[in-house]
Amino acid sequence: MKLFRWLLLSVALCSAVAWGVIETYEFSSPALEARYKALSQELRCPKCQNQNIADSNAPISRDLRAIVHEKLETGATDSEIIDFLVDRYGEFVRYRPGLDRNTLWLWSAPLILLLMAMAVVLLQIRRDRASAMSPVQEARAEALRQKFQDEGSQ
Amino acid sequence: MLLKRFLPLVAFAALVLLLVRGLALDPTALPSARVGQPLPEFDLQVLGGEYRRSAGQWHGKPALLNVWATWCFSCRVEHPYLLDLAESGVTIYGLNYKDDPAKALTWLEELGNPYAETVVDIDGDFGFDLGVYGAPETYVIDAAGTVQYRHVGVVDERVWTEQLAPFFGGGS
Repeated sequence: MKLFRWLLLSVALCSAVAWGVIETYEFSSPALEARYKALSQELRCPKCQNQNIADSNAPISRDLRAIVHEKLETGATDSEIIDFLVDRYGEFVRYRPGLDRNTLWLWSAPLILLLMAMAVVLLQIRRDRASAMSPVQEARAEALRQKFQDEGSQ
Repeated sequence: MLLKRFLPLVAFAALVLLLVRGLALDPTALPSARVGQPLPEFDLQVLGGEYRRSAGQWHGKPALLNVWATWCFSCRVEHPYLLDLAESGVTIYGLNYKDDPAKALTWLEELGNPYAETVVDIDGDFGFDLGVYGAPETYVIDAAGTVQYRHVGVVDERVWTEQLAPFFGGGS
């Protein structure tokens, strides 16, 4: 029981530290807060490249969060905020990049793969059909099967 | 039929080529979104001076814009090379990024000043407009004031010769 209490305490302390890294913002409405959460999940930290700005405690992420907060409170739309950041940091800051020359393959790859898979399946079906037996062959095969079965049971 | 037998091998070889090429890429290389655009507007205090500077006043010849700060360890590493570059006649402007101007002045007095002029960006607002995400960063600005290139990290002899010097007519 004592051990459990210690565990609980240490967990509580750890989480306090983890939360202490990221500042909190006051929002004038819950809707803005929800948009802030969504945006900060979707924006990528330019410095620590595999983190979004919500998870990162790099100085640049702190700046970006401050900008997002400020822009939201002054009534900017999500796409205005994203455009503002893309102007400065490039498409790189978006985890869901827009469609352009560089990302064309990225966006079309799932469709291309799906079409390729469908083509393979269709070819396979056609081949199976082509190698299917005619009714006459079918009857002969059945007769042979019958014959061997009879022989086997004797 | 021969083709069919070797198809998996060909596909495998193609994949290997693709992946090997991927290994050679630098995932941290991040072209600046400002390349090809004019240097963003700014109006900042000049370090150690009683006057301000704006973007247009730097036009006229190609120059480097070096983003530095006293809290930046790598900046200390690249500083001697910047002094060499300045010595050889390259114009370098400084952007003192999110720093204490007093500390910055002391730094320049102690280590030497490679900068034709340093502007003070205490809040990092100009840095933000420029797309700076850390220090050191070095931008090539051409005579018309257009951003031509950005190098993230320390500038040394190799970076200068391979990446920056071509913008200055091939050599220093």
